[in-house]
Amino acid sequence: MPGTFEGETVNRRRFMNLVTNGAGGVAAVAITLPVLGFAAGPIFSRVPFEWQTIGMPADFPKSTYQTRVVEIVQGIGEAGKTTAYVRARDPSIDTEPEDQYNQFVALSSRCMHLGCPVRFVAAAERFICPCHGGVYDFRGMVAGGPPVRPLDRFYTRLKDGYVQIGPRYSVNSELRRFSPRDPGEPLDGVGQYLYPARFSTSQIPQS
Amino acid sequence: MPRPKRPGEAQDVGAFPPAEAGITVVDWIDERTSLSPGIRWMLFRKVPKGINWAYTLGSATLFAFLAQAVTGVFLAMYYRPDAAGGAYESIRYITDDAFLGQFVRGMHKWGASVMIILIFLHMARVFFYGAYKYPRELTWIIGVVLLILTLVMGFTGYLLPFDQRAYWATIVGVNINGTGPFVGPFLSDFLRAGPEFGATTLSRFYAIHMLLVPGAIGALIGAHLYLVSKLGITAPPWLKAEPEPELLEHSEV
Repeated sequence: MPGTFEGETVNRRRFMNLVTNGAGGVAAVAITLPVLGFAAGPIFSRVPFEWQTIGMPADFPKSTYQTRVVEIVQGIGEAGKTTAYVRARDPSIDTEPEDQYNQFVALSSRCMHLGCPVRFVAAAERFICPCHGGVYDFRGMVAGGPPVRPLDRFYTRLKDGYVQIGPRYSVNSELRRFSPRDPGEPLDGVGQYLYPARFSTSQIPQS
Repeated sequence: MPRPKRPGEAQDVGAFPPAEAGITVVDWIDERTSLSPGIRWMLFRKVPKGINWAYTLGSATLFAFLAQAVTGVFLAMYYRPDAAGGAYESIRYITDDAFLGQFVRGMHKWGASVMIILIFLHMARVFFYGAYKYPRELTWIIGVVLLILTLVMGFTGYLLPFDQRAYWATIVGVNINGTGPFVGPFLSDFLRAGPEFGATTLSRFYAIHMLLVPGAIGALIGAHLYLVSKLGITAPPWLKAEPEPELLEHSEV
């Protein structure tokens, strides 16, 4: 190799090139990686959820929905609140398996097309979305329009004589429970594999 | 011209014409930077025959971007990215109370639409004139990245007024991102900084809107303009090349 003494494999110029480029690369990585991790961190941190008391059992009849405002993100006022539609479980129409978390049916107002807020129209016994015409029946199953799965639900429980509302969960068209997914993500068939559970959502209570 | 100063003789500053002061400053800078050949290379280059007003759409887009940058900098002096109500209140203050606030915010708001329209007109001109062909493919690719980054600006900027329309449009937009298979749910979490629209979603959008993407757009505009100057611009496709007469003497036609 030119510029080297007998037996040398690296000359001065090449050594300095390696050291300078290497040091620059290490410096760039040492800045970039922590910053990217900092920005992506919320993907991996689990958000806790507290049970919130929403009323007495007598407040929630079987035949219609009561509206309750639930805080899902603390500290940002109105932007952190969402609406839940709550009624008592009616065994004649609610065919999914009964357990301690669904004595009261609490539906999320988040439309499962793209996330607009649905409204319960009592006269039609339908949930109707103002954005793109999604329609759900009394149980929250898709009755028409673009939504890809039934309305999400909240875990509910009876505690010391009060009805409490817990974390949100998603359901497929057979009302099988899944950890909460975003709207627009189907859970039937291959959908549950295309849209995996996220690290950030709260743990499902075991049923 | 003033007579050159002799050694030991004080310079006659009083006779120095004011008009030459500007030239002197420019010369002083140019002597130390040699910027003028580059500027001359950029501005005084040959252009083909037959160019028309459609060729100014790129410059128009550039000036739309500069207008957005300038008005955005000054809007940032009043804006507060506070999801608990401060953001909406600061926008209300800009619009209703701040002197010329409605005007500057209006320029930024309507200028955003103008910039998108100009980008698409510019893109259509390049497409229909065939100006994306060899050797200008890289210019086209950079232009497409600039288009995408501008749409990102539109998406992130839409949330900042933090009214009902901004909030729900962002919910819908993030959920559209989420419908991408496998990565979609994690992309949504990245955009929102969590599983739900949260306390730092607004500041995240604000940082992307006013720091991250404008920097990238500025750098890529530099590369885009360098390539335009380096490669020259195309003639309109309806003009045929006219060979030099002396070249025709030796041809068989």
